[in-house]
Amino acid sequence: MQFMLLFSRQGKLRLQKWYVPLSDKERKKISRDLVQTILARKPKMCSFLEWRDLKIVYKRYASLYFCCAVEDQDNELITLEIIHRYVELLDKYFGSVCELDIIFNFEKAYFILDEFLLGGEAQETSKKNVLKAIEQADLLQEEAEGRV
Amino acid sequence: MSDVVEKTLTALPSLLSLDSQPGSAKLSSNSKLGNLIRGITELTSKHEEEKLIQHELSSIKEQVSSPNTTMRQMRELMVRAVYCEMLGYEASFSYIHAIKLAQQGNVLEKRVGYLAVSLFLNENHELLLLLVNTVLKDLQSTNLIEVCMALTVVCQIFPKDMIPAILPIVEEKLNHPKEIIRRKAVLALHKFYLIAPNQVQHIHNKFRKALCDKDPGVMTASLHIYLQLIQENAEAYKDLTASFVTILKQVVGGKLPMDFNYHSVPAPWLQIQLLRILSLLGKNDQRTSEVMYEVLDESLRRAEMNHNITYAILYECVKCVYTIHPKSELLEKAATCIGNFVLSPKINLKYLGLKALTYVVQQDPKLALQHQMTIIECLDHSDVIIKRETLELLFRITNAQNVTVIVEKMLDFLRLSKDDHTTVDLAGKVAELAEKYAPDNEWFIQTMNAVFSLGGDMMQPEIPNGFLKLLSEGFDSEEEDRKLRLFAVNSYISLLQGDPSKLPQRFLQVICWVLGEYSYLKDDLDPVVVLRLLAQLLDMKGSSSDTKSWVLVAMTKLCWSETAVSVAQQVAETYSSSFDTTLRQRAQELQHLSRDSQLHSRVLPPGGSLEPVEVDSSLSFLDGFVSEALSAGAAPYKPLHQRQEELSRSKALSLEPYGLSLPISTSSCSITDRQSPTLLSTSSGLSGDSTDFSHRGSSTTLKLDGVRRVWGREGYLAQKEPVEEVAQVEIPSPLRSPGQQGDADSCHSRTPTANPEGDREKQQLASSLFGGLSSQSSVCLMEKSERFGRKAKGQRASSTPNEQRSDPSVSSSSAVDNLLCNNLLEENSEPIDSSTKQTFQHPQSLRVPNGACDAEAIISDDDTKGRNRPVSPEEHVEGDDFPPCEDKSKDLSLTAHLPAELSGFSHSEIIPLCSNRSLDLSACHVQTDNTVVLVVFVTNSSEDANLQIQVLSEELEVCCPCESPVEEVRGHSVSVRQYSLTVKRPLVHFELVGRLSYSAAGTLQSMQFSYKLPLTSFIRPLTVSTEEYGSMWLAFSHDTKQNLTLMKEEQEPLSATLNALKKKLSLHVVEIIGVEGLVACSLLQDQPCLMHCRVHAGRLAVWLRSPVADLPDCLLYHCQRALQEH
Repeated sequence: MQFMLLFSRQGKLRLQKWYVPLSDKERKKISRDLVQTILARKPKMCSFLEWRDLKIVYKRYASLYFCCAVEDQDNELITLEIIHRYVELLDKYFGSVCELDIIFNFEKAYFILDEFLLGGEAQETSKKNVLKAIEQADLLQEEAEGRV
Repeated sequence: MSDVVEKTLTALPSLLSLDSQPGSAKLSSNSKLGNLIRGITELTSKHEEEKLIQHELSSIKEQVSSPNTTMRQMRELMVRAVYCEMLGYEASFSYIHAIKLAQQGNVLEKRVGYLAVSLFLNENHELLLLLVNTVLKDLQSTNLIEVCMALTVVCQIFPKDMIPAILPIVEEKLNHPKEIIRRKAVLALHKFYLIAPNQVQHIHNKFRKALCDKDPGVMTASLHIYLQLIQENAEAYKDLTASFVTILKQVVGGKLPMDFNYHSVPAPWLQIQLLRILSLLGKNDQRTSEVMYEVLDESLRRAEMNHNITYAILYECVKCVYTIHPKSELLEKAATCIGNFVLSPKINLKYLGLKALTYVVQQDPKLALQHQMTIIECLDHSDVIIKRETLELLFRITNAQNVTVIVEKMLDFLRLSKDDHTTVDLAGKVAELAEKYAPDNEWFIQTMNAVFSLGGDMMQPEIPNGFLKLLSEGFDSEEEDRKLRLFAVNSYISLLQGDPSKLPQRFLQVICWVLGEYSYLKDDLDPVVVLRLLAQLLDMKGSSSDTKSWVLVAMTKLCWSETAVSVAQQVAETYSSSFDTTLRQRAQELQHLSRDSQLHSRVLPPGGSLEPVEVDSSLSFLDGFVSEALSAGAAPYKPLHQRQEELSRSKALSLEPYGLSLPISTSSCSITDRQSPTLLSTSSGLSGDSTDFSHRGSSTTLKLDGVRRVWGREGYLAQKEPVEEVAQVEIPSPLRSPGQQGDADSCHSRTPTANPEGDREKQQLASSLFGGLSSQSSVCLMEKSERFGRKAKGQRASSTPNEQRSDPSVSSSSAVDNLLCNNLLEENSEPIDSSTKQTFQHPQSLRVPNGACDAEAIISDDDTKGRNRPVSPEEHVEGDDFPPCEDKSKDLSLTAHLPAELSGFSHSEIIPLCSNRSLDLSACHVQTDNTVVLVVFVTNSSEDANLQIQVLSEELEVCCPCESPVEEVRGHSVSVRQYSLTVKRPLVHFELVGRLSYSAAGTLQSMQFSYKLPLTSFIRPLTVSTEEYGSMWLAFSHDTKQNLTLMKEEQEPLSATLNALKKKLSLHVVEIIGVEGLVACSLLQDQPCLMHCRVHAGRLAVWLRSPVADLPDCLLYHCQRALQEH
């Protein structure tokens, strides 16, 4: 996977994770253009895009768009399921997740993503294991916060 | 204060017009981030947002640099800074603080610090070096969470030069009792492998251990590495096939813990990863493929549930089945799957179905036929992505019969396309189809006009260049060429008379060139009219200075009548003071040539055609000059990149490991890049006038080699042939009657029958689109004959392709003509037909005696020998003429005289050197493992004679092992002399001159002869390991770079090309790593030369290095030659 973007229906970026080294300028240009392209597409249209030289897989959940750029030989459908699994993880963690959870706790969303995808590859596909890892770290956090 | 916040919070959901729900209660109620976010949502304009964020950033900046800020506050500040960056505002001041937080904070502060670092910095950021120590410390921590965090950040960003610092510790973690640590360590190694493969080469067996890990998560992670490794070199991992198959069997059989199920499908990610690995392993390998048939069958069978995830697995299975060695039952099942995808109402599946069809259609054209009605529906789909994919599919099934319809569809799409990338891609494809299958001149020119106008200036430059080359070289028939050119002229005149300001610059340049070259073909056209039209382009606002140069060159060609001269003079005057030097140069040329009509007709003869030029790319004709200069004390030439390298080496220590010092991209030094478009026009008119221009010609030649890809995709047809028979059996009538089509319709497509009118249209479209497909065999024949013709597009030139085939003597004689011209280019595009091949190759082996030539080849070539003898220009025959018919027996009999110690080695063809009534001298050279021996045969057909032979060469050391210079040759016998040859200085070809003096019957006579042999005779494979190669590479000082043509193999162009080179030049292929290949050879007696090849933009970028001056250049020449002959 080359990158993952989360953005709202209004085109506001909510989360971005880049797995390929790109300059800030390129990142900004790609996300701006891509967000525009995807927002212009109708709901019944195909979830896959050949956009420039990238292969894009995107899906909309409520007001949020999840969008991944993958390599040419990658399987589009499984990428769609990666997005879905991520949403499931968020949902489980936040308990019925909504855009606001991700806006206000975006660092948590990043932590979850890092436990699930690492360096652009699916790291752990067992939902239980991902959440266990996050909870352990969170537990530590609560303890520390409790101490303070 | 908290009251206010409380209130805001409750109001927030409605404020943000989002569903209010329990989740929002968890918002960090009093955080500053919360305030910031709320603040932003209240704003109405972008400008206000900017102001607010800038304010926010300056407050963050102030706080982070304050010494009183605690780590806890810092954590909060970092989160805010990340947020601001996400909104697109730079917060680079906080980068260093993020690193500090990771360094100094407690566990959770670290967590945020690491996150911020991984989000802020990219791989090349210099601050990353500061992170190394922190990571090192955390990796050694006893706290598991800290170790996890360190590994997580390593997997995302780590400076590659510092990998050795942490590598041992990461390796150690592979044995950690916790699976999460092992898993992350494996992924970290994967990351290292991606960014610096050399660093982790020694731990390959640890990867194997990870593959066998008892935890499925760790095993899955190791597959990422294996996928990468196998992609690069499948051969090395064939032994693991059975293990992968076993794992997949267990997964499919549900042997993994339930945790790994996803929507009750067992570990789909793992399955897909394994399927990808298997397809790489089974590709072109029947034995390996057989191992996996069973498990593939099972996967296809098991994945039956109607859920996306099963479709994902099925899709991967289908791809695998079509990639590995075919098995009919599996193919059948896979075809059914593709059918289900294509017919699915779900748009995502339909898209993938089309993609799969595109992938397999070359192997299995009947599949496309089955789904023709669906394909046609997709062609008018409301989603452009579907449309685009359908066009891609149609592109693959285009043939001479359906080309007009398909190109029309593609052009329709192009007209609506707004995406540059698509436009460039599609324009290239239309041009390719047009060149390959155009039914007539008119269509071809009009299609190309459309390509040029729609493709605009983004189009690859190969398209206009290829088009002009096509026009200028023409085809078999003069008359057809004339018609085509005339048609182009007519079409362009009318375009210029319309509104040329709308045309893209590239198109205008094409127009200029064609009018300059060929407008004389139009009898009723006054050149002044053309000149005026061209002059109008100069005044146009949008014209680039490049275009203006093209215009001026075209005008230069046209100004041979008096009225024309006056127009030209006027233009020349305006531009001869231009600030643009190129323009000024062209204007000067125009001025001078238009004044002097005699000079004009000499330089630019009207109707003068492109004279082919042989190019000596090693510039060997300058050797004398260079050696003179060198002996006079000049410094040896170093290419630009070498100079820069040395410069940078002297400046700083290089931390780069070996792999990185290889050329990242050599395109910048390829000749093609130096060429400006105007060169094409000048070289065509002035070619051969000076060495300078002939070199420019060479760059055109080289550039256009790349275009050849467009003409014919080898493999495309070859792959089709075996399957076509099947198609034939299944579909008896190539052109279906409407009734039959109706049948097909009802079985294969869900077209509503309520609309018969639309249906009929679609069916018509279907028959025009798929007509050619069902009559594959005839199409195939036509295409074959097309390739046998002089040009790949011969079909267009001669209206019936069979005409060409029926008269092979014509084509073979034209081949001989071409050889007479010694034209490199022509040789390249020579037919593959075996009968013409002989006539084509043979003179070559005469001119350049080929060391690899063995006895069998000599015999098979003999029947054509007589014809070719007189045309060989380099052959020196002094003395009496050689009766050609005697050759065969002589060759064979002389072979028998080869010294016994040399008979085991390959020898070149024995060629006559000189002869008179009594003596015949012939010679060949023998390549042994470590020497090259020249063997001279003296056949004495009269009485005994004493003779003395001297052989000399400037560049070769000639050593004669025989005792006395004078030897007696008995009458009616053959005497053999051997000379061992050593290279003094590398050259493309070596020439030996010899003198034979003999006394017979009291008279003293002498004869002279010469013998030529190529550098390749002295080249031997050099067996080195990759590491040795690496250290040698850095040590060598002489080098050269160039882009060569890549062979058009569908599968492995790189290895195919390298193998061809290996065969022809006896090189040693050290290793092929992905798109790069390492090749080594040596000039006899350890004078090594290394070659680094890289596939870049469809070309082979080669970089040769050697400690011996000139060796890289000479060898490059032979590589080029070898690939062109291929």
